[in-house]
Amino acid sequence: MENLIALLVAAPLLGAVVLLCGGRRLDAVGHWIGTALSSASFVIGVVLFTDLLGKNAEHRTLMQHLWTWVPVEGFQADVTFRLDQLSMTFVLLITGVGSLIHLYSVGYMEHDERRRRFFGYLNLFLAAMLILVLADNYLLLYVGWEGVGLASYLLIGFWQHKPSAATAAKKAFLVNRVGDMGLSIAIMLMFTTFGTFAFGPVLSHVGDASEGKLTGIALMLLLAACGKSAQVPLQSWLGDAMEGPTPVSALIHAATMVTAGVYLIVRSGAIFNAAPDAQLVVTVVGAVTLLFGAIVGCAKDDIKKALAGSTMSQIGYMVLAAGLGPIGYVFAIMHLVTHGFFKAGLFLGAGSVMHGMNDEVDMRKYGGLRKYMPVTFITFGLGYLAIIGFPGLSGFFSKDKIIEAAFAKGGTEGWILGGAALLGAAITAFYMTRVMLMTFFGEKRWQPDENGHEPHPHESPRTMTIPMIVLAFGSVFAGGIFGIGDRFLHWLEPITGHEEGNSPVSALTVTLATMVVLVVGVGIAWAQYGRRPVPAVAPRGSLLTRAARRDLLQDDFNHVVLVRGGEHLTRSLVYVDHTLVDGVVNGTAASMGGLSGRLRKLQNGYARSYAVSMFGGAAILVAATLLMRAV
Amino acid sequence: MSATAVHSLWTTAAGAADPIAKIPAPKIEYAQLSPTLIILGAALIGVLVEAFVPRKSRYYAQVFVSAVALCAAFAAVVALAADGYGTTKAHIAAMGAIAVDGPALFLQGVILLSGLVGLFTFAERRLDPEAHGNRVDSFAAQGASVPGSDSEKAAVKAGFTTTEVFPLLLFAVAGMLVFPSANDLLTLFVALEVFSLPLYLLCALARRKRLLSQEAAVKYFLLGAFASAFTLFGIALLYGYSGSMSYATIAQVVDGSITNINPALADTMGNDALLLIGGAMIVMGLLFKVGAVPFHMWTPDVYQGAPTPVTGFMAAATKVAAFGALLRLLYVVLPGLRWDWRPVMWGVAIITMLGGAIVAITQTDIKRLLAYSSIAHAGFILAGVIATTRDGVSSVLFYLGAYSFVTIGAFAVVTLVRDAGGEATHLSKWAGLGRRSPLVAAVFAVFLLSFAGIPLTAGFAGKFAVFKAAAAGGAAPLVVVGVLSSAIAAFFYIRVIVLMFFSEPRPDGPTVAVPSPLTMATIGVAVAATLVLGVAPQYFLDLANQAGVFVR
Repeated sequence: MENLIALLVAAPLLGAVVLLCGGRRLDAVGHWIGTALSSASFVIGVVLFTDLLGKNAEHRTLMQHLWTWVPVEGFQADVTFRLDQLSMTFVLLITGVGSLIHLYSVGYMEHDERRRRFFGYLNLFLAAMLILVLADNYLLLYVGWEGVGLASYLLIGFWQHKPSAATAAKKAFLVNRVGDMGLSIAIMLMFTTFGTFAFGPVLSHVGDASEGKLTGIALMLLLAACGKSAQVPLQSWLGDAMEGPTPVSALIHAATMVTAGVYLIVRSGAIFNAAPDAQLVVTVVGAVTLLFGAIVGCAKDDIKKALAGSTMSQIGYMVLAAGLGPIGYVFAIMHLVTHGFFKAGLFLGAGSVMHGMNDEVDMRKYGGLRKYMPVTFITFGLGYLAIIGFPGLSGFFSKDKIIEAAFAKGGTEGWILGGAALLGAAITAFYMTRVMLMTFFGEKRWQPDENGHEPHPHESPRTMTIPMIVLAFGSVFAGGIFGIGDRFLHWLEPITGHEEGNSPVSALTVTLATMVVLVVGVGIAWAQYGRRPVPAVAPRGSLLTRAARRDLLQDDFNHVVLVRGGEHLTRSLVYVDHTLVDGVVNGTAASMGGLSGRLRKLQNGYARSYAVSMFGGAAILVAATLLMRAV
Repeated sequence: MSATAVHSLWTTAAGAADPIAKIPAPKIEYAQLSPTLIILGAALIGVLVEAFVPRKSRYYAQVFVSAVALCAAFAAVVALAADGYGTTKAHIAAMGAIAVDGPALFLQGVILLSGLVGLFTFAERRLDPEAHGNRVDSFAAQGASVPGSDSEKAAVKAGFTTTEVFPLLLFAVAGMLVFPSANDLLTLFVALEVFSLPLYLLCALARRKRLLSQEAAVKYFLLGAFASAFTLFGIALLYGYSGSMSYATIAQVVDGSITNINPALADTMGNDALLLIGGAMIVMGLLFKVGAVPFHMWTPDVYQGAPTPVTGFMAAATKVAAFGALLRLLYVVLPGLRWDWRPVMWGVAIITMLGGAIVAITQTDIKRLLAYSSIAHAGFILAGVIATTRDGVSSVLFYLGAYSFVTIGAFAVVTLVRDAGGEATHLSKWAGLGRRSPLVAAVFAVFLLSFAGIPLTAGFAGKFAVFKAAAAGGAAPLVVVGVLSSAIAAFFYIRVIVLMFFSEPRPDGPTVAVPSPLTMATIGVAVAATLVLGVAPQYFLDLANQAGVFVR
């Protein structure tokens, strides 16, 4: 059975090669090839899943060794895949949601002449993401990590004729490089500490290393996670990444790739468990990001950017949970999966709306669309209910558990983290209700554009609605399937471990509090956007609103501190280079030249002076030898 | 004095009626000496060819004999090595005179290959236009004629060529084969003279710029004789110290395992002053041959004046042979003395590396530039010699192998760049060569990069091996100096590349001659060796490592 694991990766990789090298003759069928290979990978995943289910919990880890990648003495890197409960969860999420989004893209990208290439990139992404989650060592994981970064770059900038898309792709790439440096440093530290970077040996020998080293490794891993998962302070790229086609935003920048950081932290749980300081930093990053993203999401009028803020915020929840240690690992992954369903559904819904509205993204120009797009409305609405944590839907089960776990951390930290998570839930309810109201309710606010084309909102074709419907089912039921009877907990516990913690408040209290903040958030949003007509031009807004519209000044901060600072640094380095370094170098060169010119005069062409030099040399040689004996 | 008394002076011995002891016939292992014997035999045949073969056919006969002999000798070396004489069966042949061991066979192989590719450049006859309907090579029409005289003109008109260069080359090669394998001081000296004298002659035989060539030869001869005198005196002192010429015996006296005093030498034996002075003087003679500072001053003048094919051969093979002899002397004869000679050699290596590299900066003639470069390289190799470890030996062997190909190749390229006065060796004439003859310039650039020690070339692998051995042998400061002087040296190598590729060609610039397949083969082999030894040096490093043990 374990021989099938490589096929999971091979199928989309084959697709990428065929589609990207196949040339124009595949234009007509390329999208179906891509979808078929993606679905094939999903089917293999399901087969492996049923196989795992048939085994005992302790036998659910399958390994497939393909070849030894770097066979150097003391530096062994294998291409080995590891399929256990954790990676299985990801495989199903990636290939399942991935296949749905392939299908969706068939319709969404119908009029794009580079559709074949788009599917090639999507398949490349799937292959890289599967390598990331299936790798059995950090070095191979790094291959997948960089692979998804590449695919992300290519897909954000897919409409490269738009300067904004090209810039956004570059921005995402650069910010991710910072995180990637963290991962590579972490791997190097691991190698110097443990002499290997395979999961098994590293994670089982954590006890042999000092806490200081482990904290260093953990913080570097966190840096990597921050880059890939758009956590503060490396969050700035995600909003701009929405320049990519909407299916890309749904798959890569909502459901799968951006959650790789959470995977990394949970996978390296043993390291984080042994480094409590690093764990604290993880929780702080998660809490800050979940509020940061939520506040940004409140102020955005661009539907995709509002959802991007929401993604950032929800991943903040997952990182927070992952930082809690064994109390939270399972719930981080559970929220990751449910989020994968409802956020992908929401993005596909947004894409469907844009598809019907001539690619308009400004929600102030929507309004009342529920009548025009009933399927989109219902599926988007179910996703909305799921994300705000409406009782019984997916988000309710997973988010509630994270809030409980945050309180269960105990002490002042527990209160602060739990409070932040609760506040985040309120803001989530607010901004998602805002999106819902501005898009589907109220009066229609769209106008003819400058060419006189008035949008004719219409329901999207079947290839797009079917994935939305399937994902809506996931949004509704996944949480219940996972949460009731702690099924997901029992499934994942052998890998991640689990502790209950000691919550100062009962689970019921937390649930009730969550319900209260939910109602408050929805209520405020309704008061602001449901009762009153939405102005077609955004009002000036408060200071906070204006800051949030500018992503809480993240780009200004980066520009002033990093870009300006970097420019000053390079300028001063150039100055030092020109004056000091060049001065020394040129001075040395000049003095060498001068010396050379002077020494050259010794070579005067007379055999007699050559002989004298030899004689003198021989005398010195003899004298020096004698002297050596004397001393 | 009475008649009987006088008579008894020369009859006493006979009067004692002792039976005269028979002189035992020396035991000579001909098979193990076959590489040297083949080359010497072929050289003698070459002399006979000069005497009996008609002038028109001599060139072909000489080239044929030389090429066959060099190939056969190389095959003999390979056969000996394959038979285990380099490792397990290494021993001392010819009554203690010649060592047959790993370093000897390795270096003999390198010398023979250098001789073979050097022979190709000697035999090249298409670079100059034909004179009076006769093809001409790099050598004077008639060595004995005075430059510019009528007899020279007559010789040129008659189409004479100095085909004696081929036997001279073979004699030199034979001496070089013996030099690194000599196992007693007399053999060492004889070998030194056997390969030096033909080289002095060859240096004087340039076809163009004959006065410069003759001046170089005279300087080389005078200074070489001077150095030989030091060596010979050093040998005498060592004999006085130890009572023996044999390397093994001297080593035993040095380390104290032989203590019985030869009565004839009772006054001098065991006197350490003799040992130290004598050792230093022999070493000085060898340092002269490798061109180490301050015994280097002949190098630029001779490299510049000698016919370029001779320069290439000499620069490569002399260095190989002399370093082989130096290694054997220091590792076999004087290891007990290494605390005395190592610091001194440190100093020599440092000033050689720095001196060669620094003075090369201001050179304007490509042949002189390469001469100073060879001085700097001698310093790098000395760093490996100083390691006094097995790795030191093998790294020096590898370096010598790599260096000799690059050197012959580089000088072969120099022969191609010509103008009306023969080879255009002034650097200013090389400006823009890369635009006119990109292939030749690229090949030369490869050699220069290898000299500079840029990775993926033979020079890098060699330099790395030598410096690694030196650092492991406790000579880290030497490695630092070595790297610094490599940096200085990189300047002038790269400057030539910049000159060739990024300068405007001069309107009166030189032309690049189209050589015969002979020179092409030389350059091709050299480029291939440079790249192979640079990209995949492991096999050859292993080979050198296997050959890294001297027989005692």
